[in-house]
Amino acid sequence: MSECTLAEDNAGRFTAKTLHGPGGSGGVAPPGGPLLELSGVTMRFGGVTAIDDLSLKIPPQKVVGLIGPNGAGKTTVFNVVTGFYQPQEGRLEFEGQPLAGLPPQKICALGIARTFQNIRLFAGGTVLDNVMVGCHVRRKARWWMAPLCLPVFLREEKSIKEKSYALLERVGLARAAREKANSLPYGAQRRLEIARALATEPSFLLLDEPAAGMNPQESEDLMHFIAKIREEFNLSILMIEHDMKVVMGVCSHIWVLDYGRLIAEGGPEEIRNNPWVITAYLGRPAEGGPHSA
Amino acid sequence: MKAANPSPISEPHALRNRLSTLGSAALLFLGIWWAGHNLDGYQTRLLNLVAVNAILALSLNFIYGFSGMFSLGHAGFMAIGAYVSALCILTPAQKEMIWLLEPIYEPLAEFMTPFVVSVFLGGLAAALTSLVIALPVMRLGGDYLGIATLGFAEIIRVLFTNLAPITNGAIGLRGIPPYADAWWNYAWLLATLFVILSLLKSNFGNVLKSIRDDEIAARTMGIDTTAYRTMAFCVGGFFAGVGGALMGSLVTTIEPKMFNFQYTFNILLIVVAGGLGSVTGSVVGAAVITILLEWLRIIEYPMDFGFIRIPGIPGMRMVIFSVVLMLIIIFRREGLLGNREFSWNAFYDFFGSLKKRPDVHLGHLLRFLRLVKKLLAGGQP
Ligand SMILES: Nc1ncnc2c1ncn2[C@@H]1O[C@H](COP(=O)(O)OP(=O)(O)OP(=O)(O)O)[C@@H](O)[C@H]1O
Ligand SMILES: [Mg+2]
Repeated sequence: MSECTLAEDNAGRFTAKTLHGPGGSGGVAPPGGPLLELSGVTMRFGGVTAIDDLSLKIPPQKVVGLIGPNGAGKTTVFNVVTGFYQPQEGRLEFEGQPLAGLPPQKICALGIARTFQNIRLFAGGTVLDNVMVGCHVRRKARWWMAPLCLPVFLREEKSIKEKSYALLERVGLARAAREKANSLPYGAQRRLEIARALATEPSFLLLDEPAAGMNPQESEDLMHFIAKIREEFNLSILMIEHDMKVVMGVCSHIWVLDYGRLIAEGGPEEIRNNPWVITAYLGRPAEGGPHSA
Repeated sequence: MKAANPSPISEPHALRNRLSTLGSAALLFLGIWWAGHNLDGYQTRLLNLVAVNAILALSLNFIYGFSGMFSLGHAGFMAIGAYVSALCILTPAQKEMIWLLEPIYEPLAEFMTPFVVSVFLGGLAAALTSLVIALPVMRLGGDYLGIATLGFAEIIRVLFTNLAPITNGAIGLRGIPPYADAWWNYAWLLATLFVILSLLKSNFGNVLKSIRDDEIAARTMGIDTTAYRTMAFCVGGFFAGVGGALMGSLVTTIEPKMFNFQYTFNILLIVVAGGLGSVTGSVVGAAVITILLEWLRIIEYPMDFGFIRIPGIPGMRMVIFSVVLMLIIIFRREGLLGNREFSWNAFYDFFGSLKKRPDVHLGHLLRFLRLVKKLLAGGQP
């Protein structure tokens, strides 16, 4: 009855061990290697080069950031990593396994989850239903077992409900479990989207502008929330964010994109003082910057 | 049900509700027994049509309302179910009599199965056909399905007209044993409800609805949307075949041209009127529309008001129903019930509070009557 431990446990641990039990992603990363590696990735849409020869290595167990001006290609990076676009050039490896040609649902099964810049919740369902959909990818029972009421199926149904509810408690949405997902306030919808992504038991979570539309207090809470889930769920988080306070506050490493090209990378301090970054963001040459000579 | 509910995961009053369900099923069969002794042939026929139409509506709602695929091929699946099942229940002697122009395809001449197996085989054949259609079409995305299934239903009609050794061509099959009485029809309706509800209430139901609501998000959640769409289409196809099989035995005569677009339209009307994405709506809609369709037959007969004589206008009731469908889509797109469902908890809550606050419910009743009045007013062109 290992499924039931989650419910008894829901106030306390919900550790990586419980999450990545048998049937989890179970990826075997080479020790010390990167979690995700992009090498020379180029993505073009007709004449537009959205990503230009991008190489980066996402370390395991870290919160890292991807920033850049509007239209820099950040969301496109997410779409390439999650399998919605196939890049024309370059390679992607997740836990040492190439991702080329895999459809989004397979990539999710490998342990990569994401949220969307413009929230995409399942509007017809309740808050709990949304998280339960996230649990689907790890389930073993097949659909035809439902009308037959097979014990395997019934037990799994129960554990999915319990796990989803436990996740909602973790993100502070348990009280709204029965409400329609799209009736939630904006900030709560963002948290629900994160809870739903966590339900797929990822080892790598991509957040696309999680603080967009939040007030300073909400952004502040979000920072702590992100740091907390990274710790508790034992995963890596890559986030796109325009709110520099959030990025600088929570990311240990930052990549900067401009016109699809990587123009800088490093820790928050380095990025803050990087003249290329200042130029890209402010649109004018900074002292000693790239166009100042 | 917010604070009062101690365990938010488990359904409150699960045992009471299950007993209520069993009780009402028993009541239903008691009603059928009563009907068998008290209703005349015409009324019994209506009762049967309600059940079969409910099965057909549920199967279409599963595909369209819950899984978001616009399918217009229901008549085709019905035809397959009806023919396969009829071939399984016609006796060898009957088959010899029916296939006069061209001899029957030899292995079929002696083939016979019990009625319940025949209906199941009819459903299975329709499900397999759904699979064959789904495999190429699902990859194209939802919008193409409507066109593809519409074409499919036409192809089935032409095919059945020309496959004389199996279908007896345009003449069709006559004298199909009328096994489909109220007992069988309502038993199959309950089976359909059970299968569809157990899928929809499980997390697989959430998965289907998530694909309907946002396919991109569903794929991101690791859902193989093509596979689940195919599943929903085949399950829907299965019950359309079951409905067709029962219909064939109910009317005892089938021919290819019977399964025209009109049938699909009637089922679509029930589903939309009852509420896309509501199981309750499909059952209620089937009862209401089936009975209305019968009543409205009167207006197709010549009418004599003494001072004025109106000649019968064949097809008039379909004009009226098309107008009704348009009015529903304009004024009440969510149908009778929207995506709401009957639930025992709401049922008991209603009667519980009725005792405490009769005035509130008087208000509800008045509002309901006003709605009915408005609908009736809107129904007059
Ligand atoms: N499917 C697509 N077809 C054509 N062009 C696209 C497509 N997706 C993205 N692009 C283009 O690629 C470029 C990068 O877009 P992307 O959405 O990745 O930017 P972004 O960095 O996420 O910007 P923002 O901060 O505004 O979200 C833009 O010029 C955009 O128009
Ligand atoms: Mg973006």
